[in-house]
Amino acid sequence: MFKFEKLIFGDMGWGDEFLFATLMTVVVSICSMGLGIFIAIFTAWAKLTLSRFLNLIANFYTTVVRGIPELLVIYLIFFGGSATVMKLAKVFGYEGYIELNAFTISVFAIGIISATYSTEVLRAAFLSIDRGQVESAKTLGLSRLQTFIKILVPQVLRHAIPGLGNVWQVTLKDTSLISVTGLVEIMRQTRISANVEHSPLTFLITAACLYLFLTTFTGKFFNYLERKSNKGFV
Amino acid sequence: MNFFEFLFSFKESLIFVNFFKILSALDQTLLLLLASLPIGFVLSLIFALWRVSKNKFLSKTVEYYIFIIRGTPLLVQIYLIYFGLGSIKAVRDSFLWIVLKEPFWCGVLALTINTVAYGSEIFRGGIQAVSQGQIESGKSLGFTRIGLLRKIIFPIALRRVLPIYGNELILMVKATSLVSLTTYMEMTGVARRIMAVTWAPVEAFIAAGILYLFLNFLMVQFIKYLEWKYNPHLRVTR
Repeated sequence: MFKFEKLIFGDMGWGDEFLFATLMTVVVSICSMGLGIFIAIFTAWAKLTLSRFLNLIANFYTTVVRGIPELLVIYLIFFGGSATVMKLAKVFGYEGYIELNAFTISVFAIGIISATYSTEVLRAAFLSIDRGQVESAKTLGLSRLQTFIKILVPQVLRHAIPGLGNVWQVTLKDTSLISVTGLVEIMRQTRISANVEHSPLTFLITAACLYLFLTTFTGKFFNYLERKSNKGFV
Repeated sequence: MNFFEFLFSFKESLIFVNFFKILSALDQTLLLLLASLPIGFVLSLIFALWRVSKNKFLSKTVEYYIFIIRGTPLLVQIYLIYFGLGSIKAVRDSFLWIVLKEPFWCGVLALTINTVAYGSEIFRGGIQAVSQGQIESGKSLGFTRIGLLRKIIFPIALRRVLPIYGNELILMVKATSLVSLTTYMEMTGVARRIMAVTWAPVEAFIAAGILYLFLNFLMVQFIKYLEWKYNPHLRVTR
């Protein structure tokens, strides 16, 4: 059943391995969430512009990536990523073998998935801002860049925080799937430890507790951010 | 290359061949969905009622259940049921083993447990959003408790949460792909086997992706139909 002695730190247990695996999960989640928001800024903009062509591309991207399972996206990027990059490199005249490491692939895959959700959040947040604000900024003589940075971004962020909190939870849980790339995060560590010790239950419950801890803790952080950003609106 | 040569080369192409191989596993994916979604729907409604009930014990139990399931990834839950429960000797000796030794039923169990947690939270929102006045008027008209639920609370609540629950249904279609990691051969599992045999991963996974997209497209149409059917007052008349 549950063997606590297997979880001590040091050579006799798997405690320190699990600590590093948890840190890896957190780092991958933060990086892919960041990449996701970065991509989402462009796709949300592409969805909001009047250009039909850009709308089409952005809609195609979000529909396709949200319509196929996360596991398939990760497989596609994991197995197809290196080949694609090598083909691209050949176009630019490099004829060597390129292998992407597991971390890059994982962050890229989860980031692409996370971006589709962030896109919708940012788009909705942007649409919830009154058009009158942009017009008043214009009458006050602000340039387009100033309007964007001083008027729109702070408000979009405030509206987007609850939604981004949800996206963060989904992203954090999606990182459990990148164990198929071989990156040692919580799930991968669980499989390794369970195979060595022949005690899957111990390590799976540990993994569940770690994820529960991470989601709860970060959820509290997002609640705090939300409260803080809404201070003037109660 | 004339048109027929093009058609012929397409027929020989790997994506086209893979497509039909993976299509033959579509029924396995559908079986997973057909087994877990209806049970999940009914249990979600019951759990949502328990969650809003005045019985503190019931509502707290359901609250913790939802908290734990929503806080952990589905993959952990599938592994816990398939590898974790199987490693306990008492389970292997009991009658439960008849069900739990099959990856299919482990998958169904994990998917059901997962969707009930999300579904009951969605339905709770819908039930709590039914205005008190409507419940009171139902009571004053002499509805019984069951009648009140069946004729007033559920129709109003379900209609309101249909788009959100539709989202959850689409997430479930995508979630079935994780069951392939317990050696169950549904569409993703077959795609992975094709990759192992032909060593052409991109073609295999693109073919599987197209099928999943199609499945989700059907799901969206089904939800749209339900929304159209149960919101007659919102239909555009001309």
